Amino acid sequence: MVSSIWPPLKNNKYQMKQYYLLTMLLCSSAALLAQIDPVLLRQTEKDTSGLKMNMDAIYNRPFLQLGKLPVALGGYVEANYQYLKENGISEGHQFQMRRLTLFVSSSIAKRIKFLSEIEFEDGTKEINIEFASVDFELSPLLNFRGGVVMNPIGAFNQNHDGPKWEFIDRPISATQMLPATWSNVGFGIFGKKYVKDWVYAYEAYFTNGFDDKIINNEEGKTFLPASKENADRFEESFNGSPLFTGKIAVKNRKVGELGLSYMGGIYNKYQEDGLTLDKKRPVNVFAIDFNTTLPKSNTYINGEWAWVHVDVPETYTEQYGRNQQGGFVDIVQPVLKQPMMGFEKAVLNVALRLEYVDWNKGTFKSTAGKISDEVFAFVPAISWRPTPQTVIRLNYRHNTQHDILGNPPSKIAGFQFGFSTYF
Amino acid sequence: MKKQWLVMGALITVILVAIACEKILPGAPAHDSILDGPIEGLTGEQHQLFLRGDVAFNDDVFTAANGLGPLFVSTSCGSCHAGDGKGHPFTTLTRFGQTDSTGNKFMQLGGPQLQNRALPSFMPEQIPLGATFSKFTPPANTGLGFLDAVTDHTILSLADEHDADGDGISGRVNWITLPVYITHRPGTVERNNKYIGRFGKKAAVYDLMQQTANAYNQDMGIVSTYEPYDSYTHQDLDPEVTNQKVLDLVFYLRTLKAPIQRNENDADVISGKQLFTSIGCAKCHIPELKTGDCSIAALANKTFHPYTDLLLHDMGPGLNDGYTEGSALTEEWRTPPLWGLGLSKNSQGGQYYLLHDGRASTIEDAIKGHGGEGKASNELFQKLSAADQVLLIKFLESL
Repeated sequence: MVSSIWPPLKNNKYQMKQYYLLTMLLCSSAALLAQIDPVLLRQTEKDTSGLKMNMDAIYNRPFLQLGKLPVALGGYVEANYQYLKENGISEGHQFQMRRLTLFVSSSIAKRIKFLSEIEFEDGTKEINIEFASVDFELSPLLNFRGGVVMNPIGAFNQNHDGPKWEFIDRPISATQMLPATWSNVGFGIFGKKYVKDWVYAYEAYFTNGFDDKIINNEEGKTFLPASKENADRFEESFNGSPLFTGKIAVKNRKVGELGLSYMGGIYNKYQEDGLTLDKKRPVNVFAIDFNTTLPKSNTYINGEWAWVHVDVPETYTEQYGRNQQGGFVDIVQPVLKQPMMGFEKAVLNVALRLEYVDWNKGTFKSTAGKISDEVFAFVPAISWRPTPQTVIRLNYRHNTQHDILGNPPSKIAGFQFGFSTYF
Repeated sequence: MKKQWLVMGALITVILVAIACEKILPGAPAHDSILDGPIEGLTGEQHQLFLRGDVAFNDDVFTAANGLGPLFVSTSCGSCHAGDGKGHPFTTLTRFGQTDSTGNKFMQLGGPQLQNRALPSFMPEQIPLGATFSKFTPPANTGLGFLDAVTDHTILSLADEHDADGDGISGRVNWITLPVYITHRPGTVERNNKYIGRFGKKAAVYDLMQQTANAYNQDMGIVSTYEPYDSYTHQDLDPEVTNQKVLDLVFYLRTLKAPIQRNENDADVISGKQLFTSIGCAKCHIPELKTGDCSIAALANKTFHPYTDLLLHDMGPGLNDGYTEGSALTEEWRTPPLWGLGLSKNSQGGQYYLLHDGRASTIEDAIKGHGGEGKASNELFQKLSAADQVLLIKFLESL
């Protein structure tokens, strides 16, 4: 059955609280705007289709600013239609409002900034504060960040805004193996150094982290996103052990950007009230990401690959993988760049995504045969950007998914059509 | 301007062509190539119930939060019976502690089933010293409703406990004691307060209700009002699954379709079937049975082709693990239905794991494993020409 290929996680505990918060925010903004002349509104337009360094993504968004007020607002929305079939069975025509995301940024002082991102997913099924942190710039090479931060593992987690991508679905490896979007309360530092055509950057954070749901969840597999169900992680650490996330990246303006990242910590509750419950069990994630634009053809290539290692108890079921790996590569080729239907900067792209995830890399103890539980997908796409901030997308998706035993695969395929735009 | 309209036109054409082009969407596999799906003739209401059971069977994954374990074998029904087919050694069950009809002597030490996995921080069970054990590969679920609807009288009519006809085959019934929550079938036969078991490798299970409640309890560590005894605490506990969920699952198992034979009219398959009968396989693997009256009309009074007699047979020392259930002897095994045999690989990860513990990796190996009452047929199979053996295997793979 095609219920939903990527089932949303349940996280309704604080929905009402967040809803009220957001309503208040919107009402106060609306009241403010109602009293002023619209010509005073400044659109801080940015070319968001050309990716800068991934770590800059949170600020590389268009914001609307009122006069000289230090607060700027922004956001994006995406909706789509899809018709998919799984092994010949379809749930028919589906219309989806996947995301409505609101940004609020503020320059508190010359080198103190605040930015928040609140996201409504699938209507109001999930409401999350994805980012809400204050940045103190001590120098370009040393910035201090605290609050709800997005752990910089891979590239997609930080650079996930819908309008930046030519594909309606987010990458499987980024959302179903890595837990994008994955944010936690914590503190850290980041910085950049420019040397001629090169930019060197780093980030390092200690945050709250995972919990034992990653190996004890209704997905029936090791599933890092299961920890997103734990809304308490914004209030207290599950086990008192911080999660470290660090990334180094280098970018050459002519060649592209390469990032190496690591995220690791203890995921299980190994002690409580001073009593030992279990040994400390680590989860370690390594990722590499790369993006470039080929100079002659202007072809944009963006990819990410990650490895996950989880210390799963030997006496637990092999259904929960000890090792996972997966990634994606997107190839985007602009084919027409010219004014179209009154849009001066319109671009028509063709694109292709290839993606793969192995949720359980290993062999069965009983047979020494390969454990499967993997998916391969390809997604050809056509996208039209009337402006850099808006994308209209047509995707054909084809997934081939094997169960843990490697039985004949389940095949899911179909069409998706939709838009995503900053506002 | 013209160019823009061309672009838009091309886009719209692509969309229309794409939507119209069903060929690039995955088609349904052939009906006879898969095991899941309901029996024909169910009403809309029964389809609703079937779907509820489908969710309980295939989608419900148990975790510590909703009752899993703490000792268990598997986290869901579907993980042992992928696509409703036979299981893989990864989820093979181990049972221990009973050597004769006097019962299991190791119940207080975790019998009859080994929970070989445990939640983090907990230790799984070990087979106690001195206990004999046997491993059971999870069977396919399909067509169980038909087997459930066979009357006790039909089963008794197939039995020949003392081999009165002298053919060397002496199938007998496993008389078992029923749990209190079991509702007797209409016309059920009772002897000394014992009843005919028909499910399980040793025919020690009366019906699908007992099978389901047992599987929740023993396989996943989920206690219910039917089976409240917890294998970890050795106490009765509050139910961790609703009665409704158990009943949904039972309905699902009852209404799963029977496997459909492929290439039934192929000349080789027909020849293979003749060989199957001529060397005596069909004496135990009875090709055709008939259901009696049934509360589900689509199952009532139907002729079907399971290739079993639901009886116990002595299978010789090679298959005697020293463990048993009910009144079966350790060397006795219930004739497994052969329907769906050819599709087993599709649920066992691409290769066969046959016989009760999956020891046979080919159908030939499974035949060679037959001793006791099956020995004569096994020897006749070995004497067939290579070409005839191929025909017989081809027939079995068509089931």
